[in-house]
Amino acid sequence: MVVFDDVSFGYGEQPVLRDLSLRIDRGQVVAIMGGSGSGKTTLLKLIGGQLRARTGRVLVDGDDVGTMNETTLYGMRRKLGMLFQFGALFTDLSVYDNVAFPLRERGKLPESVVRDLVLMKLHAVGLRGAAQLMPAELSGGMARRVALARAIALDPAIMLYDEPFTGLDPISLGVTGQLIRELNDALGGASIVVTHDVAESLAIVDYVYFLADGAVVAQGTPDEVRASTHPFVKQFINAEPDGPVPFHRDAEPYATALNLERP
Amino acid sequence: MTNPLSRALQSLGAPVTNALIKLGFACRFLVSVLKVSPFALCRFSLTMREIWFAGVLSVLIIVVSGLFVGMVLALQGYETLVRFGASSSLGVLVALSLVRELGPVIGALLFASRAGSAITAEIGLMKATEQLSAMEMMAVNPVARVVAPKFWGGVISMPLLAALFSAMGIFGGYLVGVQLLGLDAGSFWSQMQSAVDFRLDVVNGVIKSVCFGFAVSLIAVFEGYDAPPTAEGVSGATTRTVVTSALVILGLDVLLTAFMFRGI
Ligand SMILES: Nc1ncnc2c1ncn2[C@@H]1O[C@H](COP(=O)(O)OP(=O)(O)O)[C@@H](O)[C@H]1O
Ligand SMILES: [Mg+2]
Repeated sequence: MVVFDDVSFGYGEQPVLRDLSLRIDRGQVVAIMGGSGSGKTTLLKLIGGQLRARTGRVLVDGDDVGTMNETTLYGMRRKLGMLFQFGALFTDLSVYDNVAFPLRERGKLPESVVRDLVLMKLHAVGLRGAAQLMPAELSGGMARRVALARAIALDPAIMLYDEPFTGLDPISLGVTGQLIRELNDALGGASIVVTHDVAESLAIVDYVYFLADGAVVAQGTPDEVRASTHPFVKQFINAEPDGPVPFHRDAEPYATALNLERP
Repeated sequence: MTNPLSRALQSLGAPVTNALIKLGFACRFLVSVLKVSPFALCRFSLTMREIWFAGVLSVLIIVVSGLFVGMVLALQGYETLVRFGASSSLGVLVALSLVRELGPVIGALLFASRAGSAITAEIGLMKATEQLSAMEMMAVNPVARVVAPKFWGGVISMPLLAALFSAMGIFGGYLVGVQLLGLDAGSFWSQMQSAVDFRLDVVNGVIKSVCFGFAVSLIAVFEGYDAPPTAEGVSGATTRTVVTSALVILGLDVLLTAFMFRGI
């Protein structure tokens, strides 16, 4: 349902994605893993058409996102749901109204149906009791779960999750993972989960792509990934500081920066 | 190259082209706001909410400032008029100054600093916290849902606030002129009534305030939408809204006054 075909993108001179190709089929939940700053959020924004690829094509349901005009872009987004990395709740609306927002704006539903749907979605993320709170009164993890309820409010065919597990306690983590899986199976769509959480995501996904330096360096099913001897995959799964992924961003030598040593 | 004159010209280049580019963006932004406006105005409750925030919540500051300005006008005017034995024309002086000039101009300046800055800050923060992005991804156009209602809320509020300012100013002039300085109430009101022309004075004042409302609202929503999504970005945009609005209001005022009262 979502295909990246040799996609390159950069914000300025620096390329963020280089000749990236991947595909997500109907019915699949796919994880995209990579260190922070490896371009995962950028990848999701390319799917939503908020950014456009420099070269290559991004196809959603067979249509090229890069060539869409504003009207078709908004039409395409009706198939999408996105959970933002930091929630992006509307701060002037209560939790209830946040979840009701897409229902009221897009579906012409009677208010009684909206109410039932909102309570169902909030119940699914365990926050029905928080319906009347304002976003400022929520903790980070709660805000993210409300954002999840809002993203799934219209049962979109393609769900994009930007780090859904970050900042959740172990209980909500498991529930959220199950929710993502069940939702995808119930709707028969496709889900893309951008995450660092190896254990949780391997338990629910069908396929994993590893992203480094803007390109796919490894891929496979969860079983293949667990058995993999690929140095990058091993480093990621076992959380080793040394390996092909440097923990440090490129910089001058530490000793030089602290003036302990002449360059 | 080393010629100081050519260097001075060179240093002029970048700011001028940047300003022109920004003006171009603002015009395109205006077009996109106008394009979605029928949709936004159909759901008038959204605009009503913005009229509440931009207009109704500015009423207090407008009322108080209008009263003060009218009182000062009466005190100053009385001093001068009494020298020519024309103190009974005080009402005319106060009313004309307010309706033609001070109501629209000071009203707009207050509106820019009270409501314009708030509009910029709100839109800028919604952008910085990705709320506008989130809306886009829900296939809801943020220009139609957030920007256009704020823009029209400002455009509608501004003439009403200017009229309120003028009315309060005239009342302040009455308090000082009649109650304090002891002018005759009858001649205060009747001279005002016969000297202030509806078409020439009142309508022209309203036209001015509509123009100012348009300009201030556009500047406020544009600066917010254009703000870099950071804390400094939003605070800089808020400042620019107030400064640019003030300059544009005063500049437009010169132009409009020249057209209206000198018939250029
Ligand atoms: N708006 C932006 N302007 C310039 N550079 C950006 C912007 N957003 C992200 N980047 C850069 O792009 C790279 C990838 O960012 P992102 O996709 O957010 O990474 P992540 O994988 O952590 O989600 C980072 O190096 C970041 O510095
Ligand atoms: Mg990210």
